[in-house]
Amino acid sequence: MNIHEYQAKEILSEYGVKIAEGGIAYSVEEAVQRAREIEGDVWVVKAQIHSGARGKAGGIKVCKTHAEVQAAAEELLGKVLVTHQSGAAGKLCSRVYIEAGTKIEKEIYLSFLIDRSTERVIMVGSAQGGMEIETLAQTQPEAIIKIYIEPAVGLQDFQARKMAFALGLDSSLLNHAVKTIKGCYRALRDLDANILEINPLVVTANNEIIALDAKMAFDENALYRRHKIAELRDNSQVDPREVAAAEVGLSYVGLDGDIGCMINGAGLAMATMDMIKLAGGEPANFLDVGGGASAERTEKAFRLVLADKNVKAMLVNIFAGINRCDWIAEGVVQAVKNIGMQVPLVVRLSGTNVEEGRKIIADSGMKIITADTLAEAAEKVVAARNQVVAQKG
Amino acid sequence: MTILIDEKTRIIVQGFTGKIGTFHAQEMIDYGSNVVGGVTPGKGGQTHLGLPVFNTVKEAVQQAGAEASIVFVPPAFAADSIMEAADAGIRYCVAITDGIPTQDMMTVKNFLRRFPKEERMMLTGPNCAGTISPGRSMLGIMPGHIYVRGNVGVVGRSGTLGYEAADQMRALGIGISTSVGIGGDPIIGSSHLDVLEKLEQDPETKVALMIGEIGGPMEVDAGIFFKENMTKPLVAYIAGLTAPEGRRMGHAGAIISSAGESAAEKVALLKELGVIISPTPSLMGQTVAQVLAKM
Repeated sequence: MNIHEYQAKEILSEYGVKIAEGGIAYSVEEAVQRAREIEGDVWVVKAQIHSGARGKAGGIKVCKTHAEVQAAAEELLGKVLVTHQSGAAGKLCSRVYIEAGTKIEKEIYLSFLIDRSTERVIMVGSAQGGMEIETLAQTQPEAIIKIYIEPAVGLQDFQARKMAFALGLDSSLLNHAVKTIKGCYRALRDLDANILEINPLVVTANNEIIALDAKMAFDENALYRRHKIAELRDNSQVDPREVAAAEVGLSYVGLDGDIGCMINGAGLAMATMDMIKLAGGEPANFLDVGGGASAERTEKAFRLVLADKNVKAMLVNIFAGINRCDWIAEGVVQAVKNIGMQVPLVVRLSGTNVEEGRKIIADSGMKIITADTLAEAAEKVVAARNQVVAQKG
Repeated sequence: MTILIDEKTRIIVQGFTGKIGTFHAQEMIDYGSNVVGGVTPGKGGQTHLGLPVFNTVKEAVQQAGAEASIVFVPPAFAADSIMEAADAGIRYCVAITDGIPTQDMMTVKNFLRRFPKEERMMLTGPNCAGTISPGRSMLGIMPGHIYVRGNVGVVGRSGTLGYEAADQMRALGIGISTSVGIGGDPIIGSSHLDVLEKLEQDPETKVALMIGEIGGPMEVDAGIFFKENMTKPLVAYIAGLTAPEGRRMGHAGAIISSAGESAAEKVALLKELGVIISPTPSLMGQTVAQVLAKM
């Protein structure tokens, strides 16, 4: 689960990481009020959306007067920002963060994340902050410093010092740097974050280390024990279809094609996508019904798949393990009946009670195209989709 | 295959008396697995499904000779149960539980690493379908009836895609020695490589099939192991060949993932290493059949 920059900064600040003075605003009036509260003569108005690369998309504005703060807030609030990380649909900005301007001497990059292959937390730093770390990884891999942290003992001071020196920080900043680095690590570990990224971490003209940006993502599986973090969820930043699916315990992935898919299991979903593409089609979405698919659940899944107006044909591909094909078949028949489907439907059932399941579909008297294998299912749904497109001219 | 489980392997169920544990314990018993009891702390001394319930895994090891365990304990308590099994001297543990926090799994793996290798419990999962040696023992939640006994060893992350492979092979008259689901979570007990190591040692396995996915270096590591250490042919399918660029959750993740991350890159690397690639998921069975025919 992602959170906003200002929320991540509040958390980091509790862990001893310095941040610039700032405040959150949901309206233009609040934005100006925040600017009045913050001393100084430069303010930065920052769009709060769950995406990086906001600067290039016009989501960060440096202001020299309260009138400029007002204009910036007016422009950003209610605007959908499309960054190169946000996806084509963009993210709605419904709050802005007003922050005191900072005089920057040096920008650095610092992040912590859980590395799958070593099964440890890895600390990543670079003296070239502000740059996108992916770009840096490709062009100057030697400029990236990686330090692995032993889980049982945690981050040690010497490792924090090693990072500080490698980042080229002045000796006068050593204690402050160690405190900042250790604070970040503790925040990640204490709060079950998967990723904590500060880009840039800056040295100011006053010789202070400040987190100028902050990004944190949390382990969904650990939210049951992190109630305060769970409260930070902002569903306005998530695909509404994913939110609707999650509310009924299903998982949804939206894509750009026009074939709607209901499947069980992430691996089978990917394999089904491969088959559809090889047959010349493009999936519109994947709805994973998971293990226990009752008739009610199946109908909800159908509604979610068909809610995407781009869907021109639908494929059900279920390999029943714990599930039973007859349960799924009953659900499919009920869903088709209740929803009044307007698009062709291809159903492929396999696994437990497959004969009973196929019989239910066949006896239903409904216009359901059936398939026995993965390849056949993909070919049939692409053919059905092509027919729909041809008929519409 | 006797390396992981066979008809004699004495199995206990952790989270035995819960709804899910009960259902799958019964399925395993019906399949013929040698389930000797279960563990539910606080319910020791009771009988469930006609079998003894123990308070601790240690008691199950001492009193029922438990060698393998399967974990159905809810996510918040599952890591603890896995570590308890390792501490009690369980040899092989399958964790079915889906939704264990990543940092809990980091702790589990760190705990396991402290045992000398010869004493260390093997763990597969979490978030997997389990392990089956068809006709002998099922330590999992798969539909046992689609698996036929034979000489193809299977390892894969995904449950349902593993079923798909088993079903394709069955349709072609090809059987399976052992099929192992390693699970889809970020941190898991055993990698593809760990399982291939076992399959290489197994006299009943003639061909190995690896069902991989996009993301992470695990499949390529397994391919390198294959080239350097395996005498048996390895067939692989990598799901997500046509997947679009993943939506980035946070961009720090990209640094770790240098080369060999996309499915296409993985397939190219695996081919170079001599792995036989099934080009589509519907050809897994046929690709294995072709390899078997040449042997």
